[in-house]
Amino acid sequence: MINTLIGDIGHASVIVAFVAAIVSSYAYFMASRTKAGAADNSWRNMARGAFYVHAAAVLLVIFALFNIIYEHRYEYYYAWSHSSNHLPVYYMISCFWEGQEGSFLLWIFWHVMLGVALINGGRKNKEWEAPVMAMFSFVQLFLTSMILGVVIGDLKIGSSPFILMRDFMPDAPVFAMDPNFVPQDGTGLNPLLQNYWMVIHPPTLFLGFAATLVPFAFAMAALWKGKFVEWVKPALPWALFAAVVLGVGTVMGAYWAYETLNFGGYWNWDPVENAVYIPWLVLVGGIHTMIAYRRGKQGLKASYILVIASFILILYATFLTRSGILGNASVHSFTDLGLSGQLFAYLAAFAVLAVGLLVYRWKRIPTTEKELSTYNGEFWVFIGAAVLCLAGFQVLATTSIPVYNSFLGFIGIESNAALPADQIEHYTKFQLWAGVGIAILSGIGQLLWWSKGEKTRNTFIDAIMLPGMLTLLFASLIIVLSKMGMLSETIDNPVYITLLVAALFAVFANLSIILNLIHKKVTLSGGAVSHIGIALMLIGILFSSGYSNIISQNTSGMVYSREFPDDINRDNVLLWRNTPVDMDKYTVSYHGQFQEVDGVPEYVNKELLFPTMDPYKAIARGDIKVGDKVYFKTGDTLDLESPENTYYQVLYKEREGDDEFTLYPRAQVNPNMGLLASPDIKHFADKDLYSHVSSVPDPNEEKDWGDLQEFDVAAGDTIILNDYVAVFNGIERIDQVPGVVLAEGDVAVQADLKIMGERKDYHAHPVLMIKDQMMGRVPEEVADLGLRITFMNIDTQNNRFKIGVNATQKDYIILKAMEKPFVNILWIGTIVMSIGFVMAIVRRKREGGTPRPAAPKKTREVQTA
Amino acid sequence: MKKSHIIGIIVIALAIGIIMSSAGDASTYVSFGEAIERAESGNDTKVHVVGRLKKDAQGHIVGMNYDPLVDPNYFTFTLVDTNRVEQQVVYFNPKPQDFERSEQVVITGSMQKNVFVADKILLKCPSKYVEKEVQQNTASL
Repeated sequence: MINTLIGDIGHASVIVAFVAAIVSSYAYFMASRTKAGAADNSWRNMARGAFYVHAAAVLLVIFALFNIIYEHRYEYYYAWSHSSNHLPVYYMISCFWEGQEGSFLLWIFWHVMLGVALINGGRKNKEWEAPVMAMFSFVQLFLTSMILGVVIGDLKIGSSPFILMRDFMPDAPVFAMDPNFVPQDGTGLNPLLQNYWMVIHPPTLFLGFAATLVPFAFAMAALWKGKFVEWVKPALPWALFAAVVLGVGTVMGAYWAYETLNFGGYWNWDPVENAVYIPWLVLVGGIHTMIAYRRGKQGLKASYILVIASFILILYATFLTRSGILGNASVHSFTDLGLSGQLFAYLAAFAVLAVGLLVYRWKRIPTTEKELSTYNGEFWVFIGAAVLCLAGFQVLATTSIPVYNSFLGFIGIESNAALPADQIEHYTKFQLWAGVGIAILSGIGQLLWWSKGEKTRNTFIDAIMLPGMLTLLFASLIIVLSKMGMLSETIDNPVYITLLVAALFAVFANLSIILNLIHKKVTLSGGAVSHIGIALMLIGILFSSGYSNIISQNTSGMVYSREFPDDINRDNVLLWRNTPVDMDKYTVSYHGQFQEVDGVPEYVNKELLFPTMDPYKAIARGDIKVGDKVYFKTGDTLDLESPENTYYQVLYKEREGDDEFTLYPRAQVNPNMGLLASPDIKHFADKDLYSHVSSVPDPNEEKDWGDLQEFDVAAGDTIILNDYVAVFNGIERIDQVPGVVLAEGDVAVQADLKIMGERKDYHAHPVLMIKDQMMGRVPEEVADLGLRITFMNIDTQNNRFKIGVNATQKDYIILKAMEKPFVNILWIGTIVMSIGFVMAIVRRKREGGTPRPAAPKKTREVQTA
Repeated sequence: MKKSHIIGIIVIALAIGIIMSSAGDASTYVSFGEAIERAESGNDTKVHVVGRLKKDAQGHIVGMNYDPLVDPNYFTFTLVDTNRVEQQVVYFNPKPQDFERSEQVVITGSMQKNVFVADKILLKCPSKYVEKEVQQNTASL
């Protein structure tokens, strides 16, 4: 039965939200034209009302869409294409925003939350509410239009998430036969997204996206209302908040990629990744100029430019990733929903509005003529902001290549420019030096910022002496240790050494700031803490990427007779089941396919699982136990958590040493997407060992069994099966056969064969049964040995038995393994950076939110102290 | 001259340098004919080629070879570019699993001797993210 009600509620709510956003932005626009302090609040009250209506409508839209997914209403295209019956609730949350429409909703939702927070939180400075919220509502107007799903003639406005299957594909024959047809199951969530990071990474990222609107709205309100300097104070904590959330969200995405995708790293310079990185850099640059302005009254114009640019770049990122313009360049941009015109309008509207307003007001923005001295902290903060922006600009210039192509094509010039063939090398070339610059500047800038007394050459040398010495000491120590082979890598690349020294300097310089501030006021050290975090991240990136080492290089000693004797990297090894291979300092062997079973803490060997008609159920062939604890007994029915995923057990054993561990790289052969391989990572303190399968034999292809070989045996006989010695122990009657219901009068017997394999003995129990007067056979496969054994017949007169054996090629996997040294430092650095940001938010919030006139003065004293 | 002006000039100079260098690193989409010409003139920069897999009359892919048992790091196939020029391509990595299903293939690399050595393969599959058909088994209710 088709439930059109919930979709109608959702669609109607979208329209209400859209209209309310129009009303709210108009009313706030009018409200902000009334004089501050005027008694007439009618426009403002109306605007607030409209915004709350908008908020309620948005929540209703979300409720409707989630209900469609949660209740498996596959009559709706969104549920059918993103969800499926077996999806656990937490992945239903991620399939909510897997589609474009849902992710727009997420973005809209955060704007609503932030808007409500601003309306209620900014009680002290009421004058900002109307202009800031006018900007918010105006943005909401554009965003809700993206999910409006209204078609007027040829003009399509927005793509509705509430479209029914029959309306989405009216040509499908099934709907011609039965318009009320409802599919039984959905096509499911993209398996790469079935990861806990995908549950929290998108909301975090979109909260960051949404939060960049707040400083932007303040800046625009300031330009509009002519309050050119006051906006910095309330906008700064929000800018910090946006930067930390966006940064953490991006790193979460990086960690998800590291853990789930098999491209071998956490950052691939994919256009979609770049699209978030660029505004983040610019926003961080903007924060620095704002902080410098708060103290030195310089850099106001730069703050305007950078805060506005960061928001416009967020819109540009949205345009890039959602318009389909990157289709040829990126593997994970969204497909075009026909919204590119609308997205472009959104981008263009705000770009024109912001740039126009800024140019119009430019002359009136106050500046100081005071020249900054080289021994002034602010001066280096500006240089740092410039380096951040240049780094962002470089990524922007390259990432936009497909846009240039489209643009040139649009005006009739054919262009065939493509992204650089080796993107990592291209970006690294610049970003590495930007990293060096940022590390050094963050050290020097902080030392000068907090240096006491007169800002002269001498005080600077005093301040830099100790951190400088510690840096050189530690850097030489690390290099010497690496040369002596104490670390796993030899550090001799001069560029990497430069980055290492710079990052160490940043750590020690900022550490000395923290030590100084501990005595005074530790809450002021947020900047120093986050700078240490950044420096640690740089060190982590330096080692994990610069010294990443593929250890699965083919060491078989095989001579390649192919075309090229070149230095081609042969980065993958073939592992036959149960045949150990030497790889780096390990002996590696592959021991079969495993699956996740509900209620069992470890992966369960597929050989113990007898498949049933329902792919999510299996019957235990033997006792399933972990350690001594038996979780399931033979014959129990088990629930498989994700039958499409297979875990390949790979045993690593150190040749010299006792270390031994097992990894389970995962793979799934997906009918729509081919092989989806996810790595398994062994974490060591100083490195990660990262392994994934590059290829597996296609499990959907029938195995190529050899000719049946028949043996006529009696109990106790020994036979040779495909080079393995086997003993036939006899037969026994059994009461139950997995997957078969035995009725009265049915007989089932199983043969017991013991086969001596390379590593252990195997027991095969092929079954012969007589059911409903028909003979049935359940052969047993010993996948480890590539054997299938069938119990053919019983000669009861002579007590002899007929056993049939087929052999096949043994199972194998192709494995790629690499080491990522000190990758932990990157994650630790991220956490440290976030802590620093939070400290800075708390501090700036305190001084920004308090209306007491004394407060700013007091903090200024501490700042200059 | 004010210090900020000097810094401004340096920043602009660096930005121009970045643009020049990015333009220099940018690759191009070319045909196999052009890739061969480039190789002959000694230009070994990597290029992008867009093409389709060579198929026979029955729609079977021809000229594709991957035998992991012999060499898991060697995969070769024949690609037909937009000018209908056929070229053997070698990829020193395992075969991407959904290769046969791809609608369009974008390869990055350069000609070496008489084969194109690819170091990156980007596949465009017909329904990678958007399912366009209700499958028969779900429809047969």
